[in-house]
Amino acid sequence: MGLIYALVAAGLSLIFGLMDVVNFAHGELLMLAMFAVFVLRGVSGADPLLLMPVVALLLFGAGMAIYRGLIARALSVQFNRGMVQIFVTFGLAIFLRGAAQFAFGGEFKSVTGHWLADRSVNLAGVFLPLPQLAAGVVCLLAFAALLAVSRTEFGRALEATREDREAVALIGIDRDRIFALGWALGCATVGIAGAMLAGFYYVNPNVGTSFALIAYVTVALGGFGSMLGALVAGILIGEVEAVTAALFEPAWKQIGVFGIYLVVLMVRPRGLFGKL
Amino acid sequence: MENGILARRRRELITGAVVLAALAVLPLPIADVYTRNLIIITLLFAGLAQAWNILGGYCGQISLGHALYFGAGAYVATLLFVNAGFPPLIGMFVGGAVGGLLALLVGWPCFRLSGHYYAIATVVVGEIGYLLFLNWDYVGGATGVYVPFKGDSWLALQFKTQKLPYHYVTLAFAAAAWFAAWLIEGSRWGFAWRAVRDDVVAARSLGVRVFASKMAAAAISGFFTGLGGAIFAQYVGYIDPESVLGGQFSILIALPAVLGGVGTLWGPVVGAAVLMPVSELSRSYLGGSGRGFDLMLYGALIVVVALARPQGLVSLLGRRRERARAA
Amino acid sequence: MLLEVRGLSKSFGGVAANVDISFVVEQGEILGLIGPNGAGKTSLFNSISGEVTPDAGEILLDGRRISGLGPVACAEAGIARTFQVVRSFDSMTVLENVMVGAFARHRTSRAAMAAAGDVLEFCGLAPRAGRPAWSLSPPEKRRLEVARALATQPRLLLLDEMLTGLTPTEAQSGVQLIRDVRARGVTVIMVEHVMEVVLPLVGRAVVLNLGRVLTIGRPEEIVKNPEVIRAYLGDRYVAH
Repeated sequence: MGLIYALVAAGLSLIFGLMDVVNFAHGELLMLAMFAVFVLRGVSGADPLLLMPVVALLLFGAGMAIYRGLIARALSVQFNRGMVQIFVTFGLAIFLRGAAQFAFGGEFKSVTGHWLADRSVNLAGVFLPLPQLAAGVVCLLAFAALLAVSRTEFGRALEATREDREAVALIGIDRDRIFALGWALGCATVGIAGAMLAGFYYVNPNVGTSFALIAYVTVALGGFGSMLGALVAGILIGEVEAVTAALFEPAWKQIGVFGIYLVVLMVRPRGLFGKL
Repeated sequence: MENGILARRRRELITGAVVLAALAVLPLPIADVYTRNLIIITLLFAGLAQAWNILGGYCGQISLGHALYFGAGAYVATLLFVNAGFPPLIGMFVGGAVGGLLALLVGWPCFRLSGHYYAIATVVVGEIGYLLFLNWDYVGGATGVYVPFKGDSWLALQFKTQKLPYHYVTLAFAAAAWFAAWLIEGSRWGFAWRAVRDDVVAARSLGVRVFASKMAAAAISGFFTGLGGAIFAQYVGYIDPESVLGGQFSILIALPAVLGGVGTLWGPVVGAAVLMPVSELSRSYLGGSGRGFDLMLYGALIVVVALARPQGLVSLLGRRRERARAA
Repeated sequence: MLLEVRGLSKSFGGVAANVDISFVVEQGEILGLIGPNGAGKTSLFNSISGEVTPDAGEILLDGRRISGLGPVACAEAGIARTFQVVRSFDSMTVLENVMVGAFARHRTSRAAMAAAGDVLEFCGLAPRAGRPAWSLSPPEKRRLEVARALATQPRLLLLDEMLTGLTPTEAQSGVQLIRDVRARGVTVIMVEHVMEVVLPLVGRAVVLNLGRVLTIGRPEEIVKNPEVIRAYLGDRYVAH
């Protein structure tokens, strides 16, 4: 679970680190990815695991479109830029949730017939359900890919754009293009997370909300813009959740997570790996 | 030039009085319960959004956890009434005070955070409040609390069939919040808060106590939000964590201010006057036909307004006035 | 002696911005603080205005220690500053910007408004009073910062590169403004890295290089100092 959190958060963190925008529609994009799996599965009958690249690509496109259509405009306003960003992405979130409800209804759905479903491996006496295990592995791979990307030329361009926007324009990097790619990449990351999650979690228009909240906490805990921070914080949150759920009533698990978050922020106001 | 500000402030006060008078007679010719209810809700949100505006607009601290103060006000006033027979007319001020205190308590650690870190911390604090009440049996847990009906009474703010008294209560609430914002705008505090919003470092260098400014704004904002919560509880007669403490509600409080124009006197009022009818109408007319369509419309509206009028809807009014002056 | 800086050191993340800096500022003078980029001028300003706390050493205003008290206390003690990158309150009008400063000394808005009006008049911004701050031109914004700082009725005004990037005419009127400020009895420290602009204006200058005090002296002494020339221009220009 922690790894999924980490991956969802990584996409958020990428976008934030790049252009200082918190995407409040992040959870809804996750939901969108899950529904995409659901629909594609219904149409093609292909396995969710195979659909993952398709969904990632879809979300890549969606991210690009959202940036071009909305975010670029939000960034260019003169006043209240911070607020415009928050409420544009928030409005988008409501819109997407409404659209999903409109198209699919509010019931809980699950993706069935997964070839990994209900299988588990016996690992030294501990039974691990396969879908979760696969999700974990894929998330780790995606993370590795994300880190690898940051080493490439594109990654350096991203980094440079983050550091100094004006200078970047001078050396001929198209800021707009980098931002659009950043959004696309951030969303594709969510697409992967969503595709994996759909394998063992119910799908519903509101599913994104709870994950998004955790994602914001994860990002803030790890430090906005820090990939490593997102990974560590995601795993940490997964663990804290498991431990509090085991020790107390399950209802308290989120309180535990939020509590830890607040405590950390008191000590390090910019998260574990944030630049102070 | 100096008179410019004073004249503008006087003009605003007069406009406020005129609007107040108009709103006071507005419901008299309207017998329709549905419309009256809509007006009451709009007034309530105009007040709540103004309360949010005091912290989020003037002081620039984007709180997304105001449902906590709202819920606290609602629960405190209601529980005082249900368990101790304490009259809500006074209890709502206790609720407001608790809201203000909570805002201080939240602000003390959170105001050290800046920008998005602050916004997300408030989301989290609000969510903790929601989860606590959800699992706290004394306050009814997830089932919530019913307010028993004990007969029409101003002291208890209960009226079985009439909507009119609630109209005046919410109108007084909205007017009080508006007047508080008006007072703040012209005072030393208001200037300090706006300076903090625009540039913290510059504000500090001019001797503005940043932390104290934020705390003062939070306390006032929390007070009015709690007050609104208490009124809401008596009006609806039933509260549960979902309806008064949910994360969505925090956004609902902030939205009218943002759409209308943050950090302006009339923004929250205009925003509520546009937003509440739109959301109410789309819910009742479109909500049934295809569930979710109302949300789509609502979301699209937010996006469009935020992008097209970043200063909020009030800037439309201002522009027309300028054009009229130029002509 | 108005201000005394004693053995001040400050480093950021292992990089020393200021090392063992000591100098005094006399009441009523205009002191230049010059040096090449990265010499630690702005960092020193941040220490004097209370924005950062020095790692070592202390700063005394009228013999009272002000280092480490924070910007608010420094403002109250009578230190005001402008910023290298203009920080105007853009959602407010010019008059309102200056009123924020005036509220440091006045309780009521009426008094603050009157005081702010006077300062605007003094700085030549009175015709702009009702304009939103964001609509000002860059040199006007610089003036606005000076006006805002003056509204706090400072004893010491810190000007951070106020003249940099202005056209010669604009710079000339800026210079006049600074002279007027001094004539009001306000002591001025001005940071500038273009020597030609500052030297005619100041009585004395402190030259910083690589975080240390290179020399302190009158303008004519400074331009002849070989170490100053070396710091600015490199070795080859030093006459042997």
